[in-house]
Amino acid sequence: MTKTYNNKAWFLVLPVLFLVAMNAVIPLMTVVNYSLQETFGDNLFFWAGTANYEAVLSSERFHTALLRQFIFTFTILAIEIPLGVAIALAMPKSGPWASVCLVLMALPLLIPWNVVGAMWNIFSLPDIGLLGWSLNSLAGAISSLLNLPPDQALTFNYTNQIGSAWFVVILMDVWHWTSLVVLLAYAGLRSIDDAYYRAAKIDGASRWAVFRYIQLPKMRQVLIIAVLLRFIDSFIVYTEPFVLTGGGPGNATTFLSIDLVKSALGEFNLGYAAAMSVIYFLISLFVCWLFYTLMTQSDAKREYEQ
Amino acid sequence: MTDVPAGSAMAQADAASRTVPATRTRPQKPLRLKWLVPTLYIIFLMLPIYWLVNMSFKTTNEILSGISFYPANFTTDSYVEILTNPVWYWGYINSITYVVLNTILSVCVALPAAYAFSRYRFLGDKHLFFWLLTNRMAPPAVFALPFLQLYSSVGLFDTPFAVALAHCLFNIPLAVWILEGFMSGVPKEIDETAYIDGYSFPKFFVKIFMPLIASGIGVTMFFCFMFSWVEMLLAKTLTSVQAQPIAGVMTRTASSSGYELGLLAAAGVLTIIPGAIVIYFVRNYIAKGFALGRV
Amino acid sequence: MAKITLDHIRHAYATAPRGEDTQYALKELNHDWTDGGAFALLGPSGCGKTTLLNVISGLITPTEGRILFDGEDVTHLPPEARNIAQVFQFPVVYDTMTVADNLAFPLRNRGVPADKVKSRVADILDMLDLTGLADRKAHSLTADLKQKISLGRGMIREDVSAILFDEPLTVIDPHLKWQLRSQLKKLHRELSTTMVYVTHDQTEALTFADKVVVMLAGEVIQVGTPEELFSQPEHTFVGYFIGSPGMNVIPVTIDGVHAKLGEHTVDIGGAVDAPASAQMALGVRPEYVRLGDEGLAFQVDRVDDVGREKIVHGRISGNKVSAILGEDDTVPTDPKATFMPQGINVYANERRVEVRR
Repeated sequence: MTKTYNNKAWFLVLPVLFLVAMNAVIPLMTVVNYSLQETFGDNLFFWAGTANYEAVLSSERFHTALLRQFIFTFTILAIEIPLGVAIALAMPKSGPWASVCLVLMALPLLIPWNVVGAMWNIFSLPDIGLLGWSLNSLAGAISSLLNLPPDQALTFNYTNQIGSAWFVVILMDVWHWTSLVVLLAYAGLRSIDDAYYRAAKIDGASRWAVFRYIQLPKMRQVLIIAVLLRFIDSFIVYTEPFVLTGGGPGNATTFLSIDLVKSALGEFNLGYAAAMSVIYFLISLFVCWLFYTLMTQSDAKREYEQ
Repeated sequence: MTDVPAGSAMAQADAASRTVPATRTRPQKPLRLKWLVPTLYIIFLMLPIYWLVNMSFKTTNEILSGISFYPANFTTDSYVEILTNPVWYWGYINSITYVVLNTILSVCVALPAAYAFSRYRFLGDKHLFFWLLTNRMAPPAVFALPFLQLYSSVGLFDTPFAVALAHCLFNIPLAVWILEGFMSGVPKEIDETAYIDGYSFPKFFVKIFMPLIASGIGVTMFFCFMFSWVEMLLAKTLTSVQAQPIAGVMTRTASSSGYELGLLAAAGVLTIIPGAIVIYFVRNYIAKGFALGRV
Repeated sequence: MAKITLDHIRHAYATAPRGEDTQYALKELNHDWTDGGAFALLGPSGCGKTTLLNVISGLITPTEGRILFDGEDVTHLPPEARNIAQVFQFPVVYDTMTVADNLAFPLRNRGVPADKVKSRVADILDMLDLTGLADRKAHSLTADLKQKISLGRGMIREDVSAILFDEPLTVIDPHLKWQLRSQLKKLHRELSTTMVYVTHDQTEALTFADKVVVMLAGEVIQVGTPEELFSQPEHTFVGYFIGSPGMNVIPVTIDGVHAKLGEHTVDIGGAVDAPASAQMALGVRPEYVRLGDEGLAFQVDRVDDVGREKIVHGRISGNKVSAILGEDDTVPTDPKATFMPQGINVYANERRVEVRR
């Protein structure tokens, strides 16, 4: 669509600008302000320059939290995107069953995040949670099958086993967010005209070729949205894993947001936490920009070549 | 047509008949198992919810005594407690208050802005749009503490307005983005025709344009509702007693009165219900809505 | 290439009730379509031509009857097993592939050797004047170029039983339409594959096809060459639908070798067999109406000058009749109309009846 150049359009944007700026700029300034100072309590602040930033960037704890964050984010992306696309492909195209699927699948998206955490906490409790109990029974059965001695027997307890904790945290995120990918991919699939499928049939295309040359290109746009949204939301995730594991056992599931809140509120290390906030925000911006550019670049290149 | 093409035609007919059995069975095979994929996925989705509901009808003693797949002593005590104790039900009222406030506010200010982005170019428009979207990428944890100070200083701390305004941080950019997608699908000629017919901008916008993107507005409201309803970190940080959201009540209960799992589960079940009702109403728009008007 | 036989085909959509008075979307059909012919299915929208095309392509299994390709029963085969090609109303291209890959797709899917694919693709690109675009991605092309690719994909396989075209020129600009239509005609001559072309545009049908199948309300009312449709419309509808302006249909009563039209009498050159109760009518194309000094009184309503000729709209005994005059002819002041004998057809209840001369 060709747009008219008109600077009066700014008036239409002003309310949005005012509300968002109030919520974004003032707190961000506060954060930057703190990040450049040092406090020893009693509301006494000293100019600290970049000392806080240096402290964050050289901190072992920050590095491991960042690494954990990336592992988590890429794991859930690697599971949720293909799984979501596969489910969307298998869903009924229309009719009452499609509506049933959509409604049931959208349900996890509307549950408050702390309730999601609490629900999975209850669900995974080793002795009285359905998942924990099932996994423990399964582990017990396998252990006796392999004749493992009691001290080496397999068990599941996410409160004290790192592997179990990661398993539950990732499973919870898959449970919570795969539906978003499904719904986006489904919307993309619905936009494909029936003639494409007929033509492919007549052209003798295999199921794979239909997916590769018809469905995937048509889903591209929505899948970019899906990857970006899932990346952003998993990168800034806080509530669900915090309620589920509290970042534990130890610091095993302490992702960036959890680490940040721990140092800001738990240890009241404001300067350090503020510097970390700024760095954190910049990293998430940078990675989003990188993602977006990489994913849209091939498009731009294609247009350019012509 | 003489013998030669006829002969080759027969050869092809022969070839075609040979391929028949393969092509006949091919489309049927995946069909038989296809329904299993969404079914298994939905079962997976429902299991934790089933467990939560199961827990909510049990007594604390029964929960702690061991695994059981249905309540042996069916009790609605937890629900009665929540629905009669003002601390609990005010949690729900507070949550719904700020969610509704935020949804209305976000959509009202996002409508003209989205129109500006979809119809006009203006100085710095692209940068402004990108900056708006970056706020969607801001970790709420980063803003929790500064928000606390900001809203305390203007005297809104512990009111639903604080939360409603704070949630604008991520809901307004999202609303602008979704609405822009829907508005770009409306041909510009409609605007021009309306102006020629003598409509003023506000009258055109309300009388003609908004009905055209009604489904887009519905979808946007759904998303604003959803993200405001599910966000809990800021909501909890910006309130203490008066405007405490349901999440705050839940954590407080979990820590103060021991580990009352039944009560917690019942409270959780009750937070799922508003979402389920909202989904039911928008079920026909879900598919398009999730593509944010961009398919 | 194949002969297509429609053997007592009937089709009703599932929603229609079955039984004696079933509403058939396609009424009983019995036809042989010869191998290598170019056929057009012509009719107004909703006449069942797309249903018939879908029956041939295999998207619809007819409620009754069989469909045979070269004597082989294919009624229950899916489209991919029928060895046909189809071009749709809107361009269907694989966006991410190049133009050449798009054309090669149906061949590669069937395991045709690479060198053969290459030469065949080059041929088709050449035929459609697309050679310069061979390496372009398909998604950036205009609608008519995309439709050209669709046409090319339809024609790429040499061994197909038939190529079906479902109103393929709907989205094409008028000046390109003409060009593509003549290209199609040329291609048919070169490939001599059976082609079936669905359209509601008489010009498309008459220029493309050797035989035109005219349909109305689920029924085939005439199969004939363009010449036959013009000179001997089997049904008054064909007369109306083909030609511009359409055939004049004038209600008359028949008395032996004469048709009575009000106080006038027209010699029809012979006797006709028709039930006495039948509604009789004369069908005369405007091309065969002469205006002069003697004959039937003709009251002029309007004269349209369309460039090459003049179309005179008027009435004879209250019945609307139009006549075509040469550009230089003038309309007489008190015109009288005569019908040229070779242009007179007689209809009983809308159907043409033979005149025994």
